[in-house]
Amino acid sequence: MDADRMSKSLARIAHEILERNAGPTGDALAFVGIRTRGVPIAKRIAAAIRDINGHEIAVGALDITLYRDDLMRHAVAPQPLVRRTEIPFSIDDKRILLVDDVLYTGRTIRAALDALIDFGRPKAIQLIVLVDRGHRELPIKADYVGKNLPTSLSESVQVHLSEIDGKDEVEIRES
Amino acid sequence: MKKDLLGIGDLTRDEIYLVLDTAEAMREIGQRTIKKVPTLRGKTVVNLFYEPSTRTRTSFEIAEKRLSADTLNVAVATSSVLKGETLVDTAMNIEAMAPDVIVLRHASSGACHLLSRICRSRVINAGDGMHEHPTQALLDAFTIREHKKRIEGLKVTIVGDLLHSRVLRSNVLLLTELGAEVWVCGPSTLVPPGIERLGVRVSTSVDEAVKDADVIMMLRIQHERMNGAFFPSVREYFNTFGMTPARVAGAKPDVIIMHPGPMNRGVEIASEVADGPYSVILEQVANGVAVRMAVLYLLVGGAED
Repeated sequence: MDADRMSKSLARIAHEILERNAGPTGDALAFVGIRTRGVPIAKRIAAAIRDINGHEIAVGALDITLYRDDLMRHAVAPQPLVRRTEIPFSIDDKRILLVDDVLYTGRTIRAALDALIDFGRPKAIQLIVLVDRGHRELPIKADYVGKNLPTSLSESVQVHLSEIDGKDEVEIRES
Repeated sequence: MKKDLLGIGDLTRDEIYLVLDTAEAMREIGQRTIKKVPTLRGKTVVNLFYEPSTRTRTSFEIAEKRLSADTLNVAVATSSVLKGETLVDTAMNIEAMAPDVIVLRHASSGACHLLSRICRSRVINAGDGMHEHPTQALLDAFTIREHKKRIEGLKVTIVGDLLHSRVLRSNVLLLTELGAEVWVCGPSTLVPPGIERLGVRVSTSVDEAVKDADVIMMLRIQHERMNGAFFPSVREYFNTFGMTPARVAGAKPDVIIMHPGPMNRGVEIASEVADGPYSVILEQVANGVAVRMAVLYLLVGGAED
């Protein structure tokens, strides 16, 4: 997936979000990106929605490290780096659009759901991923997918974003 | 990180920054409605305090609870220590109940090192005699960095009872490691011989030491550790070394005033300074929780060597 395909996918997701959350309910939407690469993706989709209807949707950042299910299981490696969670708005009664780059086992999303619930009681949580590479280990499914990418377990999927990596690209590598 | 945190000397420069950066993330948890994350679920932390403490013990306990650890406090005043049990025996008995971390405060320098050798549990030094108090120095550095955005190149002046202070030693080790210019000041009877070998400037004149300081850190006069007359009277000490608004005026205009607590108002610090606009004393207390959460997180899951 190159830069052009990526921006088209995100624009399509922006339209899908508006379609699905349209209607008289008037519920507020808010993005929460999962660190690291979920955050810039969320910002891009928010910008795409602003271009469509002029509405500004808030974007928060969530670090799920302290909620991981594998944290204390192997005391051999140094602890993963904890980064700051920044959700400067109440998530109560909002429709939260949770954003990550790659959906794989589903464990990151499980952790993110637990973390979000500690912040309040959203009306709904919808999941957006740029790439779904399959191999789920938990019953989790994305609501919006940029691209379904069938992979083997021996491969690794890397999303590069210009904000962080200097280029837009999805790369599959044999690991 | 090593198995235990016994002193600042156990930490590399990178590890110090790792603790400070992790504490930034931990602080946000304290601002939530639900101030708790599940990270240390099922881990047991014993707070073993052989000396009185309000701030440090409360701070550790809140940090442990915010990380979902099970915590228990052994207050020596109600324990078998009063029946004559030694530190080693007490520690071995607690160890037999398989805690994951022991947080120890003790009046004897080196008590944590002793525990570290005999315990499988991780040991965190919450102050040992006149030796070290590493989490205090880390929270001080965190507070300084928050206000000054850096530590390297700052002039930090530490005034007070240098001889009996574990806070001094930990702070000097940490601040010099990170490149601050550290001045220490106190009556010559309370300046430990050879302290300049730690890379600090020594002065017995407060005005000289405070001149153009970015940070002034006050140390408590530790009456309980003094078994002699180190200065003629409290009143004279205050007149010569007490931090007053007039003395603060010699420092940089944006100086911050710190104190590890508990304060002796009117002895080492005037109330106008302690409660004044430059004082960050209560911020230090607030930051202590985040820094201790960071230390617990990094130690408990970290590598064992």
